[in-house]
Amino acid sequence: MTEKLKLIDQVQAINWNRIQDDKDVEVWNRLVNNFWLPEKVPLSNDVQSWNTLTPEEQQLTMRVFTGLTLLDTVQATVGAVSLIPDALTPHEEAVYTNIAFMESVHAKSYSSIFSTLASTKEIDEAFRWSTENENLQRKAHIVTDYYRGDDPLKRKVASTLLESFLFYSGFYLPMYWSSRAKLTNTADLIRLIIRDEAVHGYYIGYKFQRGLETVSEERRQELKDYTYELMYELYENEVQYTHDLYDGVGLAEDVKKFLHYNANKALMNLGYEAMFPSTLTDVNPAILSALSPNADENHDFFSGSGSSYVIGKAVNTEDEDWDF
Amino acid sequence: MTLGSVITEAGAATGTGALQTPGNPVTNDDLVYFTSASGYTGKFADKLERPASRIPLLTSAPTLLAQRPYVLLLPTYGGTAAQPGAAAKGAVPKQVIKFLNVEANRALIRGVIGAGNTNFGENYCLAADIIAVKCKVPVLYRFELMGTSEDVAKVNQGLEEFWTHQSQKPA
Repeated sequence: MTEKLKLIDQVQAINWNRIQDDKDVEVWNRLVNNFWLPEKVPLSNDVQSWNTLTPEEQQLTMRVFTGLTLLDTVQATVGAVSLIPDALTPHEEAVYTNIAFMESVHAKSYSSIFSTLASTKEIDEAFRWSTENENLQRKAHIVTDYYRGDDPLKRKVASTLLESFLFYSGFYLPMYWSSRAKLTNTADLIRLIIRDEAVHGYYIGYKFQRGLETVSEERRQELKDYTYELMYELYENEVQYTHDLYDGVGLAEDVKKFLHYNANKALMNLGYEAMFPSTLTDVNPAILSALSPNADENHDFFSGSGSSYVIGKAVNTEDEDWDF
Repeated sequence: MTLGSVITEAGAATGTGALQTPGNPVTNDDLVYFTSASGYTGKFADKLERPASRIPLLTSAPTLLAQRPYVLLLPTYGGTAAQPGAAAKGAVPKQVIKFLNVEANRALIRGVIGAGNTNFGENYCLAADIIAVKCKVPVLYRFELMGTSEDVAKVNQGLEEFWTHQSQKPA
């Protein structure tokens, strides 16, 4: 880094017995309870499955994971850290340090996957690809530029879009393999990362909206315009990156639907309306099911499409039942 | 506050049950929702543009008392299970537990709508599932975060049909 690191001006001892924003404690507890390490996931059980992939599929998988490693590294060493000086409460600072550390765990877990499944030569080749792929590098540059900018709210927008949108061209692939009963332990590990990113995106998006409450209507409009512009810029690049990766296996169009779906969720995390209509977000049900076994068609009782919901036999509830 | 909310103070009102204590807000709306400080579920409730009442955010505040059958709308911010597949705890917000611990409120619930995020895997909309099982009512719909315009249209239409169907059922 060329510029001098901006640090917080004054530090006071953090008092967790005086809370200004309950959300800080809630999210801290959520993150701590969600803590995990890659060593707990039996990745070596995927070795056999890995050997059933074609060399092209293996190469794609390696590239996808080096791309994700780069993003997690950016978020750990620049992104989450850059949010600390803007924190409104000392507890918010503490939450960002937790997020930064967890991003480092994510970045490291891809290396666990690599060392389990691939040779040193293959690993080095994939990392070389990640430094040479223009669209991947551009993606990292766009975001880090905003992190280095001087607008705290814009930093939160960039961070939320990274957490809630930019990872998903990569997350698609392990979910795809999982839906075909391949690399299922790797998929378990990725699901833990996906869960963490949801909490990170939610929290940073929430803090962004708290920030919006304190600024003028004009400034709010500026930030909204900025958010959609940045989303477009990132989206265009993401489409190119998706073609670079997935054209060879013919999955690019399917991945793009997943991008649209997650772009909408990223915007919602910032309190904005979804951008892509449902005709462009109809993600392959196998992918959604790999992501979340609950999110199947049965969620729409109203339309009558649900088939599996069965109303249980009635038993009177007692007050003791209500101890959740 | 949501459009058309009908919340009045209990106590001075007509006696509608021994469980009422002075200070508990009562509601005649057929949609009751909980939203945390982040307010995503509240935004969805606003977009429905139908009378709806919010369960108080402060756990210490007197809870809402339902006066007629209602559908409950609530979010899940993800359970806290450390590993995939492990049972999650703490999915139902304390404020909602307090509301449902009132027997009269439990007797009037007819369905649940869940807000959530598929990123939470099998815990997606878990709070709605837990309540549905405990109260023997269906999960009517699930949507993500603050919902899309399609979710709003589907829920509004679905609720109309649901209540029409309910009113035709023998008491």
